[in-house]
Amino acid sequence: MTALLSVDAVSKRFRGLVAVDRVSFSIMPGEIYAVIGPNGAGKTTLFNVIAGVFQPDDGTIAFNGSRIDGETPDGVCRRGIGRTFQIVRPFPGLSVEDNVIVGALLHRPDVAAARRHAHEILSRLDLFPKRSHLASTLTLPDRKRLEVARALATDPKLLLLDEVMAGLRPSETDRIVAILTELNRETGLTILLIEHVMRAVMALASRVLVLHHGAKIAEGTPAQVVREPAVIESYLGAEVLE
Amino acid sequence: MIARLIEGTSRRGLVLLALLLAFLILIPFFVNDYLITVLILIFYFAFVGQAWNIMMGFAGQLSLGHALYVGLGAYTSAALYVHFGVGPWIGMLAAIPVAGALGAVIGFLAFRFGVSGVYFAILTIAFCEFARVGFDHFRWVGGSAGFFLPVAQYSVNDLWNLRGKPSMFYYVILGFTVAAFIICHLLLRSRMGYFWQAIREDEPAARALGINAFRYKMIAVVISAGMTSLAGVFFAFFYNNLFPEQVFHISRSIEMILAPIIGGVGTLFGPILGAVILTGLSETMHEILHLLGVDVPGAKAVFYGICLLVVIVALPDGVWPWLSRRLGLSERK
Amino acid sequence: MPIDIYLNVAVSGLLTGLVYGLMALGLSVIFGVVRVVNFAHGEMMTIAMYLAVLAFSVLGLDPLVMMVPIAAVLFVFGYALQAGLIGPFINKPEHMQFILLVAVAVILVNVQLIVFGPDARGVQTAYSYDSFAVGKLIIDATKVYAALAALTVSAALFVFFRFTEVGKAIRACADNYTGALVVGLDVRRLYALTFGIGAACVGAAGAMMVVIIDVTPSLGPAYTLLAFVIVITGGLGSMPGALLGGVLIGMTEAMAGLLFSPSAKTMFAFAILVLVLLFRPQGIMGKRAA
Repeated sequence: MTALLSVDAVSKRFRGLVAVDRVSFSIMPGEIYAVIGPNGAGKTTLFNVIAGVFQPDDGTIAFNGSRIDGETPDGVCRRGIGRTFQIVRPFPGLSVEDNVIVGALLHRPDVAAARRHAHEILSRLDLFPKRSHLASTLTLPDRKRLEVARALATDPKLLLLDEVMAGLRPSETDRIVAILTELNRETGLTILLIEHVMRAVMALASRVLVLHHGAKIAEGTPAQVVREPAVIESYLGAEVLE
Repeated sequence: MIARLIEGTSRRGLVLLALLLAFLILIPFFVNDYLITVLILIFYFAFVGQAWNIMMGFAGQLSLGHALYVGLGAYTSAALYVHFGVGPWIGMLAAIPVAGALGAVIGFLAFRFGVSGVYFAILTIAFCEFARVGFDHFRWVGGSAGFFLPVAQYSVNDLWNLRGKPSMFYYVILGFTVAAFIICHLLLRSRMGYFWQAIREDEPAARALGINAFRYKMIAVVISAGMTSLAGVFFAFFYNNLFPEQVFHISRSIEMILAPIIGGVGTLFGPILGAVILTGLSETMHEILHLLGVDVPGAKAVFYGICLLVVIVALPDGVWPWLSRRLGLSERK
Repeated sequence: MPIDIYLNVAVSGLLTGLVYGLMALGLSVIFGVVRVVNFAHGEMMTIAMYLAVLAFSVLGLDPLVMMVPIAAVLFVFGYALQAGLIGPFINKPEHMQFILLVAVAVILVNVQLIVFGPDARGVQTAYSYDSFAVGKLIIDATKVYAALAALTVSAALFVFFRFTEVGKAIRACADNYTGALVVGLDVRRLYALTFGIGAACVGAAGAMMVVIIDVTPSLGPAYTLLAFVIVITGGLGSMPGALLGGVLIGMTEAMAGLLFSPSAKTMFAFAILVLVLLFRPQGIMGKRAA
């Protein structure tokens, strides 16, 4: 089986600071893959490089068999990669429903069809009852789910989730984990997530990549990586001490 | 299409809308020419406000140089009429591409080079200023000495050449305004309308949803510019004289965006309501000062400025969102 | 045309440009810190010019003497405007701030029209027709005095922002709004102070400008645009940039007036602006945004 996404020796530097340092990994179709690492490890930069916000200084990124490095953010999305933002940014002046309709319209020329699709997704993410609220009036957990809904509405093959569990209560985290598991099982959606909440990572991911100072220090199943000494030292140790 | 037009509008709203339209059609039979002229002004500002609103209210791009497109439309159609005898309706077919093309040039430069926000607004002023100086030296259309359309006393209305009495101009501009309202209504609820609003709310987030922001912003500028140029054609044939110093002056650009802002940016009724309020205010002020025997230049404008200040401080989102909540008519923004 | 004419015009444009620069400095300081575009900037400039005309015609006081008192009056005006009216709008969208300040500008310009009428007013000082001859150059004394005063005020402002506690606090607000709040700076007061300082710059510039050019109410909107062009050209938030932009635009205008027609002046200024926006959006002296 060929990889859906392959990142090959990608580097990104900002004025001499190496944010991402020759990182390589690949994700199989239908997989849930997690990137973890301490703050400042370069996770979000890596995400933005994949999503087309930044161009990599070195290395290549291939999605579904073709190169996407150098592609614009909208181009990346049209190829089938949906994303959320670490600091959530739903369209504040639009209703919850309209937020998702915008995403659904990408592959649906008709507004009515997009609305139907949006309703299905809103139901799946427990947001249907709040569909006519303004996005700016939602609570943080709702806004996070709205971002996921909006990205899902673009019918992605790969979904990039940037810390969607951060700041949520355990019960809310468990709910999102359940929703994502269900989506992955039912639709075969491939997911790449950046996450700090280890509970969620352990429950969701089949494989985990650990970044430290922009470089890959470990990769494997969740059970494997948490036993790696380098990982414990750089990251998990600190987490445990907290 | 009718179904799409009325979708999402309450029954009460529809009845009110129909009554309003009937009233507007009948009104010229009951009022004098002065009031008709006031109504023409109202709908003129409602129309250009609606056109400007496509760019700012829908797609979030603040233009402070819209007088440019009015001027281009006015000069294009007037030149065709005076030099070649081509009537205004054909002139409109020429004005739209001319204004649209210049809008596309400005949009291309701004959006390709990442000029946005206040900087974009200043860029639009700059281009309007180029046009002012350019037309000042453009002898073929009169230069700074002005460009004039032949005027005579009209006993009959010549709709084809837009020569006639105020009531004819009233129906023309009313027709423009209703058409613009319907077009904007359809645009706002179209796929593109959703994409525009997404770009207005948060451009990077919109792009992350696969929206080609450059393309949709360009389309917004071109449609807005083309629509605005029609107001220019009307302006030329209604006033019959054009001076670059007046037509392209920054105060023209500013006065045409006051109505949608006072009425409510991004709403469909905002530009119309804003035009009614502002023109009404301005004319009332004129009358009151006249009655009081105050004849100081600038006095009217001071009161106007104060009223503007009061409205923007009291209702920063505009009057329509507030009024529609009061009347129980909701309009999606 | 002989070369001395060009030289004379260039020097004259340079001196006027320094006064433009001080006016633009006021706008730059306000936008750089408060992030509000002062669309009433030129109207504030003409207020200062009229105050100088009044002081001269009623009290016989020289505009260059009145510079400090007029700057003080404008400071109070700017402080009150920010504290009372603009403050609640700082987190609102740009078009709302714009309309608020346009309303202020409309009121100011028309009050001036009512009070002073549409005719040009100027001052005739004892040195109005003096000039210095340097080789073949003949330089108007008024412009030299005005330019020197503009440089002095700019230097004072530079010292204020660089070395005083309040100046440093204002710079902190401009760099990091949230950070300034966190460390307990009274941001609202600092914003009002900044607006006051920006207005004082305009006040000083206006007092000097009136010895160079006569004032009419319609000059206000023109100066507002001119100040924008200068600030964006020089680089927003850069103090040397504002002065440099002022000189550049002042000389361009003077040259365009000489080589083409006076009405083409603004077109050349705007052409420079467009080129800067497209190819160096941070302005000539501006720092590149990260």
